[in-house]
Order: sequence, then structure tokens, then C-alpha cells
Amino acid sequence: MEPAPILSLDRVSRRFGPVEVLRDVDIALRPGEIHALIGENGAGKSTTMNILAGYLAPSSGRVLLDGAATALAGPGAAEAAGIAMIHQEFNLAEPLTVEENVFLGRELRRGPFLDRRRMRNLTRDWLDRLECPLDPRLRIADLSVSDKQMVEIAKALGRQARVLIMDEPTAVLSRRETEILLRLVARLRDEGTAILYTSHKLDEVARLSDRVTVLRDGAVVLSRPAGDLTQDRMAEAMVGRPMTDLFPPRTAAPAGAPVLEVAGLDVPGRVQDANLSVRAGEVLVLAGLVGAGRTELAEAVAGLRHSTGRVTVKGRPLPRNDARAARRAGLVYMTEDRKGRGLLLGKPLAENLTLLALDRFGRFRIDKRAEAAALDRAIRGHDIRVADPTVPAGALSGGNQQKLLLAKVLLDDPGIILIDEPTRGIDIGTKQQIYGVIRDLAQAGKAVIVVTSEMAEVVGLAHRVVAMRAGRIVGELSGAAIGDEAVVRLAMGLEPRGAAA
Amino acid sequence: MSAGDTAAPAPAAPRRRRVDLHALGPVLALLALIVLGALMNPNFLSYGNVTNVLARSAFIGIIAVGMTFVITAGGLDLSVGSMAAFIAGLMILAMNALLPALGVGLATVLAGIAVALAAGLAAGALNGLLITRGRIEAFIVTLGSMGIYRSLVTWLADGGTLSLNFDLRSYYGPVYYGGVLGVTWPIIVFAAVAAVGEIVMRLTPFGRHCAAIGASEQVARYSAVHVDRVRTATYVLLGLLVGIAVIMYVPRLGSASAATGLLWELEAIAAVIIGGTVLKGGFGRVWGTVVGVLILSLIGNILNLTDLVSPYLNGAIQGVTIILAVVMQRGTGRAR
Repeated sequence: MEPAPILSLDRVSRRFGPVEVLRDVDIALRPGEIHALIGENGAGKSTTMNILAGYLAPSSGRVLLDGAATALAGPGAAEAAGIAMIHQEFNLAEPLTVEENVFLGRELRRGPFLDRRRMRNLTRDWLDRLECPLDPRLRIADLSVSDKQMVEIAKALGRQARVLIMDEPTAVLSRRETEILLRLVARLRDEGTAILYTSHKLDEVARLSDRVTVLRDGAVVLSRPAGDLTQDRMAEAMVGRPMTDLFPPRTAAPAGAPVLEVAGLDVPGRVQDANLSVRAGEVLVLAGLVGAGRTELAEAVAGLRHSTGRVTVKGRPLPRNDARAARRAGLVYMTEDRKGRGLLLGKPLAENLTLLALDRFGRFRIDKRAEAAALDRAIRGHDIRVADPTVPAGALSGGNQQKLLLAKVLLDDPGIILIDEPTRGIDIGTKQQIYGVIRDLAQAGKAVIVVTSEMAEVVGLAHRVVAMRAGRIVGELSGAAIGDEAVVRLAMGLEPRGAAA
Repeated sequence: MSAGDTAAPAPAAPRRRRVDLHALGPVLALLALIVLGALMNPNFLSYGNVTNVLARSAFIGIIAVGMTFVITAGGLDLSVGSMAAFIAGLMILAMNALLPALGVGLATVLAGIAVALAAGLAAGALNGLLITRGRIEAFIVTLGSMGIYRSLVTWLADGGTLSLNFDLRSYYGPVYYGGVLGVTWPIIVFAAVAAVGEIVMRLTPFGRHCAAIGASEQVARYSAVHVDRVRTATYVLLGLLVGIAVIMYVPRLGSASAATGLLWELEAIAAVIIGGTVLKGGFGRVWGTVVGVLILSLIGNILNLTDLVSPYLNGAIQGVTIILAVVMQRGTGRAR
């Protein structure tokens, strides 16, 4: 007999203006159960979670708390009812310390004063449970993304949530951090917490969750115990068609002279003595753990980060620390941080699309007609789904933002392109499209460097893999030697198994 | 969102032009003021009064156009009022000093104009470089230079007033009082600066880059925009425009003192904000700034022409206007 659900939705629909985002959604969160909510970007996952956590009210249908219909008047009321939500974009005050954030809005007092010592000790306890040895006195602004995630979770722990809702908690975590988080989530489950989370990593979902609900176009298409589902079945339910090959067919590795050569590149404190080269038509994957220095290396090559060393494009040395010179040489970098560094979320699509290559649209006067035509081409060419092309970029779903960012970078027609985490936080259908673009670029004779933490991408995309660990390049694999295990062993610093791995 | 799941429209479909009610707000306010003024005093729409209001608006207006670029790019310049006083003082001293050599005539005036432009350029470049190269907050840098210029002009004038030679003043006077077809030069220059400013903001890569930097410096940097150069250029442009405003201002009174250009910086910033430019940067509207300048000077003018409210309350009413303008624009501000 299953325990009664703590929190559930009963035939909930939600519309934004004329657009129906959710349609008759039923979902039940039970104590001691990990519930995974999966679906493509735009399927309605975020809306569902926001309704559960009281951030949004349903247009119709009921939210049931302990079996009784309730109207959660805002996140405050939900929190009082023991429901905590961790957003993908963190709700942390950057200039405050870890402990101040954990206790924000419910500070402990001793008389009229703050009881700092008790708050600090409690914060430390909760962080210890997360196996995250952070000093509670550190400022949030100085933390890495994964540490911020841990602080968010500590905050939820401190609120003794009965229901914990997490929006893609592992998207920004390294493998090790993901392991810790998954262990912790399992422990919370065993203590009787009801957990709902979303993830695009189906292997994780299959491993961790007890029940899986799949959303497609705002409706539940599948809700079943996880044990009854394979990853393929989940993916098929998400996209609504059988998933054939996610990656385009592999092409032969090109031969020929390298177009980009990096020699002795140092980024102070981040990368030491990096050497690599890429040929035209080649996809080179920079593999490694989060924090291994891959992004820093890519940014340094593109002149966006201070570095010393030699970078040559087609034999010509590139001045260091000059992103415009790199651009002129046909080398561009696509950031992993599409919201913070990639797109102006408040600006229209066209202005975002042309920002990098703006001088192609007139030196003194922007040719707005050409700009609009370029946007039309990008929307069609990259299948950017948008009803009204005058909306700001922030109104697009994550996957469509990523396609816009890719279109922006490619608009400059670079010969060498560095793509950092091309598919972070986007759905499987969009991933497939982006893999296709990467393969097409290589076939068109571009040199492509991809930084990725997803093992499937390393194996599925690369002609050659360069692995980094702790700021150094630690090994290289090519052709048939590229495989999950070989890459992991390199990245983790283990010797390759056998001579001919 | 499922909104994104609808298919892209056919490329031939015309782009809808939405009427932005928030953008219309300042224009409606300006029209209301004009109607109000005309009803309250028959002289309000007379040639003399209109010319007077526009000519007096020109100084702040020219500066405010430059300020629009600075604020759009996420900066701020508090020093423009003091800078104007200092440049006016320098210009007067230079012309007086050159008088014996060059005589009363075009040469002296042109030399004075060159001094004003050069000083504006240098002052703007100094602000810009301290902010970009020196990595100091714009607020701090320009707060400092505001004090420096104000004090320098007081020192140059030895606490009193710097006066332009009387003959030179008569010769130079037409630059403020004269004009073409009944339109005086300050109005013509203001209109020209505003028109060019509007074009630059809307149609050039420079204007686009200003807005991008103001919206997100990081995104601009990762899009290979020369952030420091563009940002410095906004301050240099503003300095130059302060120089141009001074060139129009000096012939009006022929003098400069510690009180010259007092609070101009705040009026210019207020005009920019009333016009719909976002104070924290990312979006700027030059024509809005022009409307803002006109609103501010019309309020003063109407108070002077009517005895409904004491003209001493001018500042209070302008203050209320600024706050109201921002409250009404909040919807757009947030979206951006």
C-alpha cells in the first residue's frame, strides 16, 4: 500500500494569456519517494514545479496538500507548509555570506541581536551533511556554481522541508558533486521527504528515481514506477517518436595541416602549459571534470581571458588577450553561460543575433533589413521556435535560447569555433539538432573544439579527445580508442588500461 | 513555454509594430503642459516665449543628449555642470588673453571655440579613462571631477566672476541672440545635436554597442565588443557636447563664476530619465531625452508666467515629475 501523497495536482491546467501551457496535469508526491519529472524544454516542467511550490496559481484544477484542496498564496505559504523549491537560477543574495543566505528571512536571535554563532554552527552542520566543507562565512559571490547549489540545498535542509522540489539540480555539478547530491537525495527520501526533481540526464533519472512522470506539450504522457522504464522508453515518451541515432554518423577524421595551434599557453592559476592543435574539418573534444580548466583554456585561446603563450591560426600568431583580433582571424568562442555571457535577455532576437558580427551589417549604419533577413534565416535554419520574432531573447525556452546563441556565433562565419557545453540544460530533441550542426560545421571544413562534460557527447562527437585535469592536458585519444572508460580514466588521472585500450 | 512551440511565421509576414504606451507617456505629458500653458497665459505660445524657452533648454539639452549615451552604456556623469563652468572660465580667460594679439574678431572667437572643444574633449577623456582603465566606479570618478572643476573655476575667478571683454562680448553675442529665419543658433544647434544623436543611437553600431554594454557588460565582452573603448567614447562625446553647450552659453552672459552651470548635471540626468532611458543602462532614447528637457523647462516657464504656484516651488514640481516619470515607466523598465 502506497502512503498517501503529501502534495498533489489534480487536473491542473495553466494558461498564460491565450497559450495553454499545462493541460489536466495529475501528479502526486508521496513521502519517501523520489519523483522525476522529465520532458523536453517547453514541455511545462517549470510551470508544474512553480505551481507545486506556490509561485504560480493554476488556471483550473486543484492543488491538494495532505489530501485537502489548498490555495498556496505564494512561496511563503508553501514554505510554511513545508514545501521548498530550489530554482535553476539560484535565489541567493550574492554579497551576503553563506550563513546569512541560509537564514535569510528567519534569522535566529538572542534578545534583540542576531545569534550568529548558532546560525553558523547550524549552517556548518547542514553543509557537513552535504559533505560540502564550505566555510559559512564565505561570500556567495566568491563561490563556484556547484557550491552555490549546495548552499541552496543546505537552505532547504534548514527549512526542514517535507517536500523538496529541485529544478535540474545536477546540471551544473561535476560528476563527484553529482554523486554526493544523489546520495543525499536518497538519504532524504529514506527519512521520509517527498522529492520531485527534473533532469535531462536520463541515466541519473533511471538510477535514482522511484517514479517517473513524462510531460509533453503540457500534458502527462506517462507516469510509472521507474523500474518499469528503460532510458530509451523515457526518451521516446519525451519526444513522441522513437529515438534513432542521437548523433549523426561519424565521418572520417581529416588529415592535413592544423589550422589552430596552441603552444605553452598559461592562464595564471587555471591552466598550465597547454599544447594542442586542430585541423580543418576536425571535431576536437576537450574532456575533463568541471573545474579542470577547459573553459579557461578555451576562453584564453579566444582572447577573452588573460594568458601567456603562443596561439597561431594558419601559421600566423594571434595577439594575446584580444578577442577582436581572434575574431578577425576567424576564431570565435561560444560561451557555456548563455544567460550571463551569451545573450542579452532583455533585448530582441535580432539585436542578439547580430551583436558579434555587427560590422557585417554596415560599418556606420546598421542595415536593419539585412538584420531582419538574417533573423529569418536563423529562425528557419536553426529551427528556433518563436511565435513573434520581436520578443526579447529571455522569452525563449532554454533550448531555443541555445539555438539563438549558436546562430549568433555562426553568423560570423568563423573558420575555427570553440563551443563550450553546447547542450547544457536543453532537451534531447534540441541536443540532436545541435549535434547535427556541429557535424555539418566539421564537414564544411571548419575546425571545431567542443568542451563538454557529457560522456555521450565526447564519444559521439569527437574525432579526437584531449583530456584535462587540474589545469593540465593529461592525454589524448583518437579514432577507435575513444570510449567512455578510456576518457574517464584519463580525466580522473588513471593509467589507460592495457597498452592498446 | 509552449508559446515557443508554434511554428515560425513565414518570412514574408510583416513585422508588427507595437505602439509602446510607455514611450508615449512623456510625449503626452509634454502636450498636456503645452495645452495647460496656453490656457493659463495667452503669451505662452508667443514667438518670444517659445524662442526663449527653447534657447534656454538648449544648454541642458545638448548635454543631456550626450548623457543619454553615457547612461545607456551603464555609466553616469555627475561632473558636467562643473565641467561647463570650468570650460566657460577657460574659454573666457583664453579669449581675453588672445585679444591683444588677435583683436576683436573672428580669430579670437574661433580660438575660444577651439579651447572649449579641446577642454571638453580632454575632460571627457579623463573621466572615461579613469572609469575604464582605472576601473573606478563612474559615480566616484565624476563625483571627484565635479568637485575639482567647480573648485578650479572658483579659483580661476578668484571667488568672483570672470567676464569676457566688453567689445568681444558684443561681437560674439549673435551666437546666442542671432539666428536664421527667426530661429536662434542655440535652438538650431540643439536640434542638430538631437537629430544626429537620435540617428547614432538607433542606426549605428556604436549606439547598439552602448545599449549592449549597458544591458550586460559580460555579454558585450563575449561578443567581441570593445567595451572599454565604447564606454570611453561615450564620456568623450559627452565632454565634447559640454564644450558645444558652453560655446552657446558664453555669449549669453559673457561671464562665468562659481555659480555657472550649477545643478546642470542633475537636470540633464533627470531629462534623460524622464525621456525613458533606463538609469541602470541597456536602453536609451535620444528623442525621449529631448522631450524630457522640454518638460523640465516648460514647468519652470509656466510657473513663471502664471501666479498659480510660486516659482520658488519649481524644483519641487520638477522633482515630483521625475519620480512620477519613473513610476509610470516601471513596466517597461522591468521588462528591459
